[in-house]
Amino acid sequence: MSMIQVNNLKKSFGDLEVLKDINAEVKEQEVVCVIGPSGSGKSTFLRCLNRLEEITGGHVIINGHDITDKNVKINQVRQEVGMVFQQFNLFPHKTVLENITLSPIKVKSQSKTAAKEKALGLLEKVGLSEKANSYPGELSGGQKQRVAIARALAMDPKIMLFDEPTSALDPEMVGDVLEVMKQLAQEGMTMVVVTHEMGFAREVGDRVIFMDGGFIVEENVPHELFGNPQHERTKAFLSKVL
Amino acid sequence: MDTIIEALPYLLEGLKTTLYVFIIALIIGFIIGLVMALFRLAPLKILNWIATFFIDAIRGTPFIVQLFFIYFGLNSLEWVSMDSITAGIVTVAINAGAYLAEIIRAGIMSIDKGQSEAARSLGLSGGQNMRYIVLPQAFRRMLPAFTNQSIISLKDTSLLSIIGIADLTQRGEVQMAATFEPFKIWFAVGIIYFIVIYILSILANYMERRFELR
Repeated sequence: MSMIQVNNLKKSFGDLEVLKDINAEVKEQEVVCVIGPSGSGKSTFLRCLNRLEEITGGHVIINGHDITDKNVKINQVRQEVGMVFQQFNLFPHKTVLENITLSPIKVKSQSKTAAKEKALGLLEKVGLSEKANSYPGELSGGQKQRVAIARALAMDPKIMLFDEPTSALDPEMVGDVLEVMKQLAQEGMTMVVVTHEMGFAREVGDRVIFMDGGFIVEENVPHELFGNPQHERTKAFLSKVL
Repeated sequence: MDTIIEALPYLLEGLKTTLYVFIIALIIGFIIGLVMALFRLAPLKILNWIATFFIDAIRGTPFIVQLFFIYFGLNSLEWVSMDSITAGIVTVAINAGAYLAEIIRAGIMSIDKGQSEAARSLGLSGGQNMRYIVLPQAFRRMLPAFTNQSIISLKDTSLLSIIGIADLTQRGEVQMAATFEPFKIWFAVGIIYFIVIYILSILANYMERRFELR
């Protein structure tokens, strides 16, 4: 079953066309990694999947909801789509626990006790139980990102989007975050991961999409795309990053 | 010294009026400022225009003209009847509201876009995002500017003596007329204003430390 269906997606910022004609599909429990040079449109593509960017043209269908339809209840669809950002974007005025429970309580009307219990479980899962009452400012980058993952998971999303989740981290923090993501993938979460971590894409990804210049240039299973790239641009990019 | 001590109870009675007008006007002014700031940031053009017009109109005219317009001008209309305290409160509130609108708008705009994106990605509505994420952070950042505006508004209330409100300044005038001791009386009035504003600053400093951005 297809969780994400993207048809002829176009996105422009003013006169600048960033996404030219994107067609893609992500199946349930699939982990798709999106790679490409900066400015290729991969982050914009990801941000169109929960309509953080207004979509210029085409259709994006998330778990059966066409989010390009003006009448779609976007806040409801977003509950099913968790997102993790490069800059974490934790709420600095709230504790770790409050960061995680805010949305379940306010959006899903969960009781405080239920939300807290769930949050503590998620913190244990990402290895940060002892940080429940800390503020984001007291955490390292890697810890922040794991809290951000827990925060997104607290909404019980069907899909998780990751926008370069390790790019702002010190090298020694990257492993912890990737480990959590790997575990999530193994549990069957549907994931779209924009990343520069080629090792992660190769090991955890079911499929890798290579984007350049606002197009999907090539997509394939990881060992094919990395081992036997078909397009010149893919080859040129991989020769620089591998 | 005797003159001051004798005048003091009478002056402090005036201070009560000053503080009453100030506090109510500041609360209303804050609400006006918040609404106008949200209007200026709203996607609807008509709301932007309303807020911009209001802010420009208030910033572009002297306080005393606003006071006369509201108290004498509006009151000259058949269907308006305001006592001087009401007119005073309305003028200070509207005046503070215009300046606070810009302070609040700047505070909101200073919050990183990623905060709203994270909130919206979690399914929070635009209103919930403002209420739980953006405004609490914005308010902390605007505390120093807010304190500044509060102090200006408190001092502006002294102009209300002109329309006959028995505030601290007006009672100073009465005492001066009664005692013919302008130096002592105005010195005492000045000191009272100074002490109140000093306490206000200490309070603001305490709040700033208490709500320090983590």
